[in-house]
Amino acid sequence: MNLIIDAVITGVLTGGVYALMASGLTLIFGVMDIINIAQGALVILGAYFSYALEQHLHLDLFLGLLISMPTMFLLGVLIHSLFIRPLKQDRTMLSILVTFAIALIIEGVLTILFTTNTVQLQAPYVTQSIKIGDFYLSYIYLYGFVLSVVLLAALYFLLYRTRFGQSLRASMQNRTAAELIGIDVNRISAITYGIGVALTAAGGMAYGATTAFFPGSSYDLISRLLAIIIFGGMGSLSGALIAAVGMLVIEDVTAVVWSPVWASTVFFILLVAILILRPQGLLGKLEGRKQ
Amino acid sequence: MQHLRKVSPLVWLFAGIAFPFVISDPTYTTIAIFALLFAAAASAWNIFSGYTGYIALGHAAYFGIGGYALAIICQHWQIPGGYTPFYLVPLCGLLAAIASVPLGAIALRTRRHTFVVITIATFFILQLLSYNLRSLTNGSSGIDFPLILQWAPGFYNLPFYYVALLLTVLALGVSWFVRHSKFGLGLLAIRDDEDRALGLGVRTGSSKLIAFVISAFFVGMVGAVYSYFLGSVQPSFTFDALFDVAIALMVFMGGIGTLTGPILGSLVLESSQQYAALNFTQGSGGLYLIMYGSLFLVVILLLPQGIVPSAKALWARYQATHTASVLPDPSGSGGANPVARSAPGDGMGLATPREEAKA
Amino acid sequence: MSLLEIKNAAKSFGGIVALNSCSLSIEKGKITGLIGPNGSGKTTLFNVITGYEKVDAGEILYDGKNITNSSPDKVFAMGIGRTFQLTRIFPRLTVIENMHVAAQRQGLRGLMGQWNAPQEQQRALELLDYVGITHLKDTPAANLSYGQKKLLEFAFILIADPQVILLDEPAGGVNPTMINLLASRIRGLNARGVTFLVVEHNMEFVMSLCDKVTVMHRGAKIAEGTPKDVRQNPAVLEAYLGD
Repeated sequence: MNLIIDAVITGVLTGGVYALMASGLTLIFGVMDIINIAQGALVILGAYFSYALEQHLHLDLFLGLLISMPTMFLLGVLIHSLFIRPLKQDRTMLSILVTFAIALIIEGVLTILFTTNTVQLQAPYVTQSIKIGDFYLSYIYLYGFVLSVVLLAALYFLLYRTRFGQSLRASMQNRTAAELIGIDVNRISAITYGIGVALTAAGGMAYGATTAFFPGSSYDLISRLLAIIIFGGMGSLSGALIAAVGMLVIEDVTAVVWSPVWASTVFFILLVAILILRPQGLLGKLEGRKQ
Repeated sequence: MQHLRKVSPLVWLFAGIAFPFVISDPTYTTIAIFALLFAAAASAWNIFSGYTGYIALGHAAYFGIGGYALAIICQHWQIPGGYTPFYLVPLCGLLAAIASVPLGAIALRTRRHTFVVITIATFFILQLLSYNLRSLTNGSSGIDFPLILQWAPGFYNLPFYYVALLLTVLALGVSWFVRHSKFGLGLLAIRDDEDRALGLGVRTGSSKLIAFVISAFFVGMVGAVYSYFLGSVQPSFTFDALFDVAIALMVFMGGIGTLTGPILGSLVLESSQQYAALNFTQGSGGLYLIMYGSLFLVVILLLPQGIVPSAKALWARYQATHTASVLPDPSGSGGANPVARSAPGDGMGLATPREEAKA
Repeated sequence: MSLLEIKNAAKSFGGIVALNSCSLSIEKGKITGLIGPNGSGKTTLFNVITGYEKVDAGEILYDGKNITNSSPDKVFAMGIGRTFQLTRIFPRLTVIENMHVAAQRQGLRGLMGQWNAPQEQQRALELLDYVGITHLKDTPAANLSYGQKKLLEFAFILIADPQVILLDEPAGGVNPTMINLLASRIRGLNARGVTFLVVEHNMEFVMSLCDKVTVMHRGAKIAEGTPKDVRQNPAVLEAYLGD
């Protein structure tokens, strides 16, 4: 029984980090109507960014975010203006392929720079543990969770308490209408993409400190992130948060009560079951027929 | 010209049959086998994704099922290689097709991006299963095919080559047949406006599923032959996330939704890639990924129509300028315009694409 | 005798009521005009009749059969064809291919047959000729002018020999020559027994073409009668001028 409680606690803590990574994905989808397949590769890029800062500049992981997050933001804006904005026809479908291509390029660059050996981020709080009940938990899980909560709160504030957020939500609801009332949707899109990518820097750091990773880890990540946003309902921020925590708890509990091998399979099977009942996901809206 | 068109497929077929006799170096026949297998898979993928406009990015799942099916059957009944596994290839395709019925049905309940994402998810589920169902798949170490001892090294590639050629011809034939059938016209109508097609009596649901299953059947057969040629199956290679990217890139490069585009795209891309892999230093996996990704970006951003439609447009323009010098009518293209101009225009000019009209 | 009957149809989107217990009947062999201010529920009515939207309550009867909430393909197969306000054709298919989409066949053999079987091809060409766009048959539909698209949409509906045709603003944004052609084609088909329901803002077009006019306001019928009667009905004037 204790083991299950432990699993739930770890599940919630890591789920928070996944929620952070998935929120960027779902936000980009909501505003731009595109699936950013590169999200997984960008998380790994973020993790390597922290790794490089820590290895070469001996910068603390959390301090490093002050450099990596703005840089990744700019990278996101750059990717958007170079590769996503030029897409005119069939944006939705082509953007999936374009972001897939970007993911491949990122993976290729990381393979050249860092080889395919696995690494893990190092810091005192990664190795030190805290005793909760009768099991030990590395501090990084707590810190990572706190970081995610803080950033998600900041994101929430940005979306619901600022003028920019208002424009952004307007663009999410109706792109054409937003354009009509004078919102520069292209600028909003670029910034949203930037924010989505900046969040991967933080998510990548928390991920890389709790999990050993290599450039190819992006596949595993993107499959989970996609599963999370389908599960929660595409474009629904709160759906993504619930789905992320739910997924990790289910995985960790399955790992304890059954076998670690089946942990993620169980989640995917649950996903299929949900889709049979609700094709639009947990909190998603069904695409209506349009005139 | 009409005459030429009827002859040219036969010429190509003859060239395909004669190829291993003209160039018998196994290095090149190996390249040709891979290129043909991809041509068959790309052509089959195009029957679904190209005609309906639903981009499926999980066909690696059916490739994997085909490969694993053959490996498991050969291992279980201890089939010692040779020609027998080839006879089992249609069965492997059938198993992939059967698996694709429920998976396709679930994915096709959704549209557009959700559909794409669900196909990606089905791929990951099957890859996970290939790792986890150890009693069947032998986990991450995979299964080796029994050694083929009865074929001499110089002969080894030949059976594979002709099976690959046969698959390509069959896939292209089915694609041609679909494109010229009522069923295929329904698929193209779905691509342009699915709800409208439904409202005109096209059975959209079953049409999409049938096309999906047809493509999975061929991809499954390709997976079986491919794995047999390599001699083993493994979760990370037989279920390869790059497979779908490769197929999509080939189809987009050649021309999505066209008959010959996927074949052209895969022959060009796969053979140049295999050639590069043979001739450049090993271990440059990173560089390979960068090259692949960049090529994809170039194709999508600069040549979204693909080679075949772009070449056709160029040819049409060339013809138009040439006939213009002969005929007095300067408008050229097809003689439609004079009447069109006299027909009442209403100042709206060219059509707005459906996406804009619906927005 | 009424061919199409809508009984107490209700439909709302979120809080917005599009159809409010709407009842009306379309007489067989007549051309009925459907008018009303913007947002009065005309297009929604078309959508629920043809299966593109489901009603929240109420019934739709066609030739005595209940077709409430049938899917669009079933409704079409029963003989109800429609056009859309913003024409919906297949832009990447050629004009002739567009024509063949609506010529559906039964069974596997029909589906696997050639898309342009000779008999259907002849019929398609006749219909293109009927609306005067035969010369464009091999042009991608996207390259047609707005008016030509409307004619194409009208023509491909006809290929299935529908008994009832619902036209959503056929004359909107089309030049006078083409409007006249369309009106004469509607009359010609009507003479052969085809029933029409036409939503249109062009009053001249409605008044000259229709045998009967039904007026909708706020999701329900408020008046009906001959064009002349309706024009003099004070409730109608109020609906258009009021609010």
